[in-house]
Amino acid sequence: MAGENLIKLKIDNVYKEYDGRSGKTVALNGVSLDILENEFICVVGPSGCGKSTLLNIIAGLLEPTSGSVYLDDKKIEGTGVERGVVFQGYALFPWRTVLKNVMFGLEMKKIPAAEAKEIAMKYIRAVGLEGFENAYPKELSGGMRQRVAIARAYAVNPEVLLLDEPFGALDAQTRVQLQTELLNTWQNEKKTCFFITHDVDEAIILAQRVIIMSARPGRIKRIVDIDIPYPRTQATKTEARFLELKTEIWNEVYQEFLEVRK
Amino acid sequence: MKKKKKGPVISDKLWLLLSLCTALIVWYILSLGETTGRSFPYIHKVIPAIGTMIEREVFWKDIGSSLLCVGAGFGLGFITSLPIAFLMAWYTPVQKIIEPWINFIRNIPALGYAPLMVIIFGVGRKPAIILIWICCFMTMSITIYQGIKNIDATIVKAARVLGAGDMDIFLKITCPATVPFIITAVRLGLSAGLTTLLAAESTGAQNGIGMRIRSLANSFDSPPMLMYIIMLGIIGLILVKIVDIIERKLTGWQEKI
Repeated sequence: MAGENLIKLKIDNVYKEYDGRSGKTVALNGVSLDILENEFICVVGPSGCGKSTLLNIIAGLLEPTSGSVYLDDKKIEGTGVERGVVFQGYALFPWRTVLKNVMFGLEMKKIPAAEAKEIAMKYIRAVGLEGFENAYPKELSGGMRQRVAIARAYAVNPEVLLLDEPFGALDAQTRVQLQTELLNTWQNEKKTCFFITHDVDEAIILAQRVIIMSARPGRIKRIVDIDIPYPRTQATKTEARFLELKTEIWNEVYQEFLEVRK
Repeated sequence: MKKKKKGPVISDKLWLLLSLCTALIVWYILSLGETTGRSFPYIHKVIPAIGTMIEREVFWKDIGSSLLCVGAGFGLGFITSLPIAFLMAWYTPVQKIIEPWINFIRNIPALGYAPLMVIIFGVGRKPAIILIWICCFMTMSITIYQGIKNIDATIVKAARVLGAGDMDIFLKITCPATVPFIITAVRLGLSAGLTTLLAAESTGAQNGIGMRIRSLANSFDSPPMLMYIIMLGIIGLILVKIVDIIERKLTGWQEKI
């Protein structure tokens, strides 16, 4: 396809500072990055390196102090349905059933109810929650809740999917399962993914490129190409190349972690 | 093989019956005492007091008048606290100016400023309703305001990135998310209304449970007085039950911690 090497998201010299009690804190110090169409990017880095800030800026939930982000050459201002977000805390609407949660974005798009339900059901099936569409979030496990959040983000058919440590609160087994499912979904229905994690294994298994960020002030330290072909499975984690990349990335991240601790 | 729980399983209804029996026994013991018996007459003297009060044509008037006061005061309190709570949550200056005074007045017993209402509104039902209104309003506006403030910010963000505008956020996020707090406010407001009733009816009411308790106390007529006090408790229980039912209908989705 011609779109293979198109730049989808252009992060151009983004600088962000917060006014804190002890003066200004620089969260992002001149971050620039080009993300290609349908590319899967993972961002790793110690807490406080500004990775969530960067995601919120791309989502339009925060404004950069200077610099800009462009989506298809258009400057991002505010939120937009072409950029879907999956939050770490699921952020489901507790008073809505699974179906109604997934339908929310479609309601906002003013899609007729019958059609919206059909689309919602398609994604509920895709994340394996058929039969739970009338359940309330409180009746679901953490993994199931995050599946709902993923279905909800997918249902509005965004061009870019922003995921803020989506599996961070899940147990190891559920996490692996959801990683596999996310990869399958991404391969069936390609989207540009911007995925934040602090789990190096997770980053390598998912991403085409891993962005390592350094803290205080946050900036991109290194970009590592993950040259392991898809489809990747759990077996990939025992391959020599995987272990090599893991050691490399892990050392970089750990070094940053120590820097922060100083 | 031994289970920790021993003995027969007692159903909740049976427990309720046992609890009622215990209370009746305590009451009976109090009736036996010479001094405590003055305030706690035997049950067979208290229950017929209902008949006496009905004969005197005051029983239903008293209950009706008190329910009207609590109902009107609570209703006005509810209607006024909702917009004020939202305004306080949305506009910091409104909150900064109003909230300290709500907290200040809230801690003053209503009986203290009841005379002020009489001076303004004269005697009768009007000052009583206004007094209950004030008390309900204080409790409810603070509770609802805190509820709106505590809405999870990520839920609002999630709605925004799914394309929700300001109006959608208000109608589809803020409103449903506030419902549990509104119900808590209703619960506290009704309780505030009932506890203010005695103070409210000290404002020269013609009828009312609170007014009657006061007047019966003056003539040391304890059987009907005790009966009225128990009525107050029963009304409170019924109101709590009604709120419970509404709560279950409206906030079944809520996660119980």
